[in-house]
Amino acid sequence: MWKFLGKRLLQMFITLLMFQTVTYFLMDAQPGDIADLLTMNPDIPPAERDRIRQDLGLDRPPVERFFKYVGNFYRGDMGVSFSQFPRPVTEIIFERLPRTLVLFLTASVISFWAGYVSGKVLAWKRGGALEYSSTLVGVILYTVFTPWFALMMIWLFAVYLDWLPPGKFLDPIIWLNAPEGLHANNVFLRMIWSALIASGVLVAGLVFTARLSTQLRRLGRWISFIVPMIGLFVYWRFVAAGFNSYAWDILQHLVLPVLTVTLIAYGGTMLLMRTSMLETLREDYILTARAKGLSEKVVRDKHAARNALLPVWTGLVFSIGGSVSGGIITETVFSWPGLGLTLLTAAQVEDIPLAMGALTITGLLTLVSHLVADVGYAFLDPRIRYN
Amino acid sequence: MSTLSSSAEIIYVPLWRVRLRLFWRSLKTNWATFTENPIGLIGLGLIIFFGLFALAHPILMNTAWDRKVYDPVNGFDIEIPFHPSPPSAKHLLGTDPMGRDVLSQLMFSTRFEFALGMISALVTVLIATTIGAVSAYYGGVIDVILMRVVDLVIMVPFLPILIVMSALMHVGMLELALVIGVLSGFGGTAIVIKSQALTVKVKPYIEAARISGGGDFHIIFTHMVPNLLPIALLYMMFVVTSAIFSEAVLSFFGLTEIEMSWGLMINTTQVFGYLMRFDTWYLLIPASLAITLLCAAFYLVGRALDEVVNPRLRER
Repeated sequence: MWKFLGKRLLQMFITLLMFQTVTYFLMDAQPGDIADLLTMNPDIPPAERDRIRQDLGLDRPPVERFFKYVGNFYRGDMGVSFSQFPRPVTEIIFERLPRTLVLFLTASVISFWAGYVSGKVLAWKRGGALEYSSTLVGVILYTVFTPWFALMMIWLFAVYLDWLPPGKFLDPIIWLNAPEGLHANNVFLRMIWSALIASGVLVAGLVFTARLSTQLRRLGRWISFIVPMIGLFVYWRFVAAGFNSYAWDILQHLVLPVLTVTLIAYGGTMLLMRTSMLETLREDYILTARAKGLSEKVVRDKHAARNALLPVWTGLVFSIGGSVSGGIITETVFSWPGLGLTLLTAAQVEDIPLAMGALTITGLLTLVSHLVADVGYAFLDPRIRYN
Repeated sequence: MSTLSSSAEIIYVPLWRVRLRLFWRSLKTNWATFTENPIGLIGLGLIIFFGLFALAHPILMNTAWDRKVYDPVNGFDIEIPFHPSPPSAKHLLGTDPMGRDVLSQLMFSTRFEFALGMISALVTVLIATTIGAVSAYYGGVIDVILMRVVDLVIMVPFLPILIVMSALMHVGMLELALVIGVLSGFGGTAIVIKSQALTVKVKPYIEAARISGGGDFHIIFTHMVPNLLPIALLYMMFVVTSAIFSEAVLSFFGLTEIEMSWGLMINTTQVFGYLMRFDTWYLLIPASLAITLLCAAFYLVGRALDEVVNPRLRER
């Protein structure tokens, strides 16, 4: 196992280096550079353009710049953004990445769970109108033209019903009166940590009570659900009382993008779970379990669904890994200032360090998620061993 | 002796006829499995509908429709004072902000969507089957190198790369189809086909072919690849879906140089500021619905084919 991990990490490092090489030269090969874009005005003398180019190091040959970039990158310096000039790329990424990850992590987990449960039931009850209608709904959700679907959601919830804000991360009018030194990111990080701790307690409670007897288990589950809820309430009502209106504002802006991404991801997960479950139901051990006289529910949930989980797990991990590139569409339509939107705008204005930073994070996320998926296989299916 | 030779004469049928008959028989049984599930038939019906839709356009242009008014790219209806205009008897789906007929644009774009999907699917299958078969057959260093290339392509986020490419070169329909085909051919499809090729590689007939002196090239292309084609055909359908979808997204962001497509129709709506207005629904909804339905159609056919290829998914 450790040898496998070491080998994989080495391969990952080489792949990342190759990825950086390819993307750097692709980015660099775009005609023109940011100095041209900044000095579009004909009144600016050409000497000024050359000066900007010299300051940003763009007058050096691409190969030299590339080696400098890679050298600095592995020493932990990702450079300074060209388009948001004095800000370091690392700072921008640390600001934007949580927004993308929260959006996609929440949506993936919800759609994964919902798809798992409904795909399981649908495969169990084959035939009839339910199968066809659910497959059609799943396929439509899976293949729907995402920008249009997002626009329809905005129209329905933000324009027609007027329940939720139509997009963006926060409402500037509410934040106008915010106290000095209060940053949206601080509030957002507090929200992430409180939600993470609460869900951690919830999951720990569920795992812990799984082996108890039925009566105790029900009680334990209620407790593990109520305790984090009370904790969250106490924290936001009393400890962080000054921030809760701002947190509420961010939360309101978060709901619509999460809902949209969840619905889109749900279609695919449900179809995948159904297919995988249908394949598993053909296995001999399902026949054995039935022949032993186990109840239908046990056969379905404990024998079939557990084994059918493998491809769905891959799908979940890959979708989290690909959230930055997948997020470009959603983040653009909702003007959600995450890493996907940052990558898109940086690539368009030829802000090479920022675009490279965002691309590298994307690549790194994909690589790590592939590794996590592979290691997860070994836990889900004990027959898989890495030697 | 004489009876034996005469019976041999009676049995003798040319090989191509035997193959044709076998092919016809398997086609018939596969068609029966395919039609068992209405899901696949719905998809096939939608594809046929869009096919007829695309065919109708040149016919209409040459007979009923005046070229100056109905041309999808340069047409303009001078009799209507203000564009976009709502649906009327003359323009069944209204006109767009530049005075062009929406229905004509919709029909005109259909053939390009088909061509785009088909070309990229063919390129994908060609690349993915070759990579999958070669990588599974040889294993070792070749396998590691090819799979790392596949990893690299999977890592590259699709949209930013296409944005950069649209700055580098002219991105028309053909270039886009080739890029999508190559990227998805080196991507996930190759992994799926390789895993199938691994199971084919250990079959006895591969061993038999090797013992009877078949070369590597011969074994890969005449014994392995034909057995990978069913699953390749299945993944072609999914590639068509993703190709049409990617084109629509890119055109929606205004990054392609295609003269007319469904995504471009939505882009025009956005550029002229009619995106969030629902009194001009005829600008947004027909094109979006067409993208969704054609993508869904190919996906549905793919799922029905999945049941033909993979017997474990069938109901009985």
